Amino acid sequence: MSAGDTALRRHPRKLHPLPLRLMHWTNAVAIFIMIGSGWKIYNDEVIFGWLHFPEFLTIGKWAQHGLQWHFLGMWIFAINGFAYLIYGIVTGRLRRMLLPVRWSELIATIKDALSFRLSHDDPTKYNTVQKLLYIGVICAGIMMVISGLTIWKPVQLSELLTLFGSFQNARLVHFLSMSAIVSFLVVHIALALLVPQTLVAMLTGGPAIDDKQPSTSIETRSAS
Amino acid sequence: MTLRTPSRSIFRPKRTVSQDVLKENRRLIEQIDRRKVLRGGLSLGALTFLTGCDVSENDQVQTALRAVSSWNDKVQSVMFRPNHLAPTFSESQVVIPPRFNAHYDVEDVKPVGGAGWKLELAGRIENKKPWTVRDIYALPEQELIIRHICVEGWDYIGQWSGPNLRQFLERIGADTTAKYIAFRCADGYTESLDMPTALHPQTILATKYAREPITDPFGFPIRLRTSTKLGFKNAKWIVSMEVTNDFPETYYGKEGFNWFSGI
Repeated sequence: MSAGDTALRRHPRKLHPLPLRLMHWTNAVAIFIMIGSGWKIYNDEVIFGWLHFPEFLTIGKWAQHGLQWHFLGMWIFAINGFAYLIYGIVTGRLRRMLLPVRWSELIATIKDALSFRLSHDDPTKYNTVQKLLYIGVICAGIMMVISGLTIWKPVQLSELLTLFGSFQNARLVHFLSMSAIVSFLVVHIALALLVPQTLVAMLTGGPAIDDKQPSTSIETRSAS
Repeated sequence: MTLRTPSRSIFRPKRTVSQDVLKENRRLIEQIDRRKVLRGGLSLGALTFLTGCDVSENDQVQTALRAVSSWNDKVQSVMFRPNHLAPTFSESQVVIPPRFNAHYDVEDVKPVGGAGWKLELAGRIENKKPWTVRDIYALPEQELIIRHICVEGWDYIGQWSGPNLRQFLERIGADTTAKYIAFRCADGYTESLDMPTALHPQTILATKYAREPITDPFGFPIRLRTSTKLGFKNAKWIVSMEVTNDFPETYYGKEGFNWFSGI
């Protein structure tokens, strides 16, 4: 047995290691700022005539305050998000937690969910729907940054604008990415409150895991 | 049941603070009102929760947010590509008339009139002789069909022409190594540009829109048009121009909008 294995046994890796928890809650603050101030900015020139965000849900007294918050939050969101992706790739967490996604497992998960047999016993392994939701929200976050950069710098980064076709298209993509993140948050927060052990895990680190074991939802099902 | 006198704590310091301190500061101590502290603490908490959205105008929050905004000015000036041209468009895409916007309605625009108007020059400029409308309109023109983007989020394609600002600055002997150019407008509006933006090939003193002299709501007789700034940075009804190294405050900057506002 190597020294590394001994260290692993004495201090087993937690489900959510400290750097990850810090990034999660930093991101929570950033998302809160970005959505609230973004809604303020949106209200100044709506994309859809029928949609104005209620003022009490927005951040900033006037448009300029919304912009000030947004241009503060963007740094937190982008730097923290970038750190998360680097961390996830370097430690292998992204691959371990979110891959592979298989059709057969997706169908099995949906069947389990419909028959109320979905297991929550093992919070260290994500089922296929969870994997897809997390992959989706990461993509939405990346899209948010790319479309946001385009709206901020449509001339200096005119190459990015070409990607979207027009300035208003970039705004629309920014809006749709926000909608995707908000939809994710509704599910994410509702489930965290329904299964509080997941919320506790994001505060305390959760149970120890053996990161040598690949994660599949087949195992999750057989364990239940 | 008897109460036992507690024994002297081992943690108690052997030499205590002189009781004179209490007497000296008696008035201060009497002012400490526990209820006031509690109430103050509670309302501070309530403020952050209930009016969480309105703390933006709180002085300390504003100071912090404006410090970030100044940092963003610096980032934007580093991102600025002095010779990178903004996309241009065809004449068929031009919106006529252009879209009006100001901090007041279009009905409240006070026409400047050409006859008495003069462009005053100040600061680090060799030849400060004021310019008349006739002089300005006689200069060679450059045409730009560019996208106008408003800080609010809307945009349109406009066709602007007039003397190139860089050439104008060279003609009047302006110190183009200075940091800023400040504009004062007939309606009291103030704006300023960083020198690299002023020298950008797509920055002009616009005198015409869609080949016709610009009309009153859009800045007659001259206004600024640059392809690299948000709409509000493009001063209308310009009456004076100053080349300076001292940061010139601007109307919207004072309101809390980002000064650089480059696009």
